[in-house]
Amino acid sequence: MIKVYTSSVIDAPADAVWAQIRDFNGLPKWTPFVAESRIEGNQPADKVGCVRNFRLKDGGTIREQLLTLSDFDFQCTYSILESPMGVENYVATLKLTPVTDGNRTFAEWWAEFDCAPEREQELSRLVGQQVFQGAFDQLKTLFRR
Amino acid sequence: MIRVTRSAVIDAPIERVWAILRDFNSHNAWHPVVAESHIENGEASDQVGCVRNFTLKDGNHIREQLLALSDQDYVSTYCILDATLPMRRYVATVRLKRVTDGDRTFWHWESTFDVPRGREKEFADLVGKGVYEGGFEGLRAFLRRPRAAGPRPASNAGSMQTSGVVATSFGGPDVLQTRTLDARAPGPGEVRLRHTAIGVNYIDVYVRKGLYRMIEPPAPIGMEAAGVVQDVGDGVAHLLPGDRVAYAAPPPGAYVGVRTMAADQLVVLPDHVDDETAAATMLKGMTAEYLLHRTRPIRAGDTVLVHAAAGGVGLLLCQWAKALGARVIGTVSSEEKARLARSRGCDAPIVTKDYRFAQQVRQVSGGRGVDVIYDGLGRAAAAENLEALAFTGHWISYGQASGPLDPVPAETLSAKSITMTRPVLFHYTAERATLNQIAGRMFEALRQGTITVDLRHRYPLGAAAEAHRALEARQTTGPIVLLP
Repeated sequence: MIKVYTSSVIDAPADAVWAQIRDFNGLPKWTPFVAESRIEGNQPADKVGCVRNFRLKDGGTIREQLLTLSDFDFQCTYSILESPMGVENYVATLKLTPVTDGNRTFAEWWAEFDCAPEREQELSRLVGQQVFQGAFDQLKTLFRR
Repeated sequence: MIRVTRSAVIDAPIERVWAILRDFNSHNAWHPVVAESHIENGEASDQVGCVRNFTLKDGNHIREQLLALSDQDYVSTYCILDATLPMRRYVATVRLKRVTDGDRTFWHWESTFDVPRGREKEFADLVGKGVYEGGFEGLRAFLRRPRAAGPRPASNAGSMQTSGVVATSFGGPDVLQTRTLDARAPGPGEVRLRHTAIGVNYIDVYVRKGLYRMIEPPAPIGMEAAGVVQDVGDGVAHLLPGDRVAYAAPPPGAYVGVRTMAADQLVVLPDHVDDETAAATMLKGMTAEYLLHRTRPIRAGDTVLVHAAAGGVGLLLCQWAKALGARVIGTVSSEEKARLARSRGCDAPIVTKDYRFAQQVRQVSGGRGVDVIYDGLGRAAAAENLEALAFTGHWISYGQASGPLDPVPAETLSAKSITMTRPVLFHYTAERATLNQIAGRMFEALRQGTITVDLRHRYPLGAAAEAHRALEARQTTGPIVLLP
């Protein structure tokens, strides 16, 4: 089991950041690597259990299922159903916490998954740096004050 | 019930922030509202259940108890036991999280409590602004403080030249000679230190003579020093350039001006411990700590026997054992040393020059014998030690000044259900978490005056041979430090 943890600070109030990221169908709006996204079966994007089906800018398609959505804790957990990444049992959580000092947001994103041993390092880097940190960098740009 | 939550981002690695916050007794160093703080009953500040006693700058007093401490999750939970403020059922949690983006620290501080009706806002502000927000600013200032005087070289500036004292071969004090040495840039897990004071110990004599084969001459000796971090290698998160630190650890190599060494044996010095005291105390003080608290924890009412009670470790053992409530019997070699030992808590110093003491020990212990013996004497005292012990007594052989012990037949132990340990400090300090606990309790004992250090012998580093001559001729009392 691989664990990846990435965290950052977004210079905007947590409720504003949450409003941006709680939309499970909204990845194209705030990440740099998703071209388009839809929710399967015409479900609402905040219905726990719904599946998002999105296409990456580099062409791959990923299906992910929403497992937890908490407007109280600013937290979202999801799993990968299908992807070209070569991961299994992939579960990730994105969580926001207010930073009262400066009215900012502490953003955490972590994932656990299994993969072939020789790909552990490559995939840890892909998930932690390119995906999670890449999305945080985009959020920091969106909310630049 | 009131709930107060405050959080902040601190611009320092989590290990650095946690090293400060995990110390339940650190607030007087960094928090602007705390005037004085001590842990009751001399307990360690990371012992869950310990009680800290605060005096605030506004005159209020607060007693708080540590309920939970996790080095795994960077969490500390504590409650107020009693206070001169009308706060009830106060439970607070400090939680740190790593901000991987920029290697910073997210600090979350939250509490719930009750106050008299109508004063909710007043106390929510007092706690949220005065204590938590004030604490954030205080810690930031503490991390920014000028940590040490002296020149700071450019970081990782390659190899530096330094002066050091090396044993040119195995032999007498004359083999110690000053040489110019290289202190290379620190590699992964290493730091480069500028020494400010270096401790001289008898083990250095053994290393110099080649009795302990720990160096290949020519090489610098010495295993204890204090100094200032110059630069740090990759993967060292708990230290920053400018930190005041100290160590007592192998391998030898401390008799130098600048040293590159493994970072994991270094502890950060609290402000109240100066560099010379640290260099004079790390080895002996940590030895006293583990002997009294770990090898066989001393309880009030124990009777203990401290050999060489006026020696470096002996004096610390007398003071500290007495403070723990033990009755302390000691052996010394002269009346003058007996007076010194008595002044540091030794209830019954026995003057003996021929390793004969068991009869007197039995006499002053009412025929019972002692519960614990701290024995640095070795072979010549072995038989008398067995005789001086009470039933179920414990014999701790931590040194062998008169020569290595002969094998101890099991039957001699079963005669009184005696147990025996042959402990070595460096095994107790091998892990950094335990090292920090041992050093932390020793520093706290220094702060509270439970143990004191009387440093009278200072030599320039270049005069190390002279210091060794004085030590071997027994012309010194108390610790010796070399000053680079």
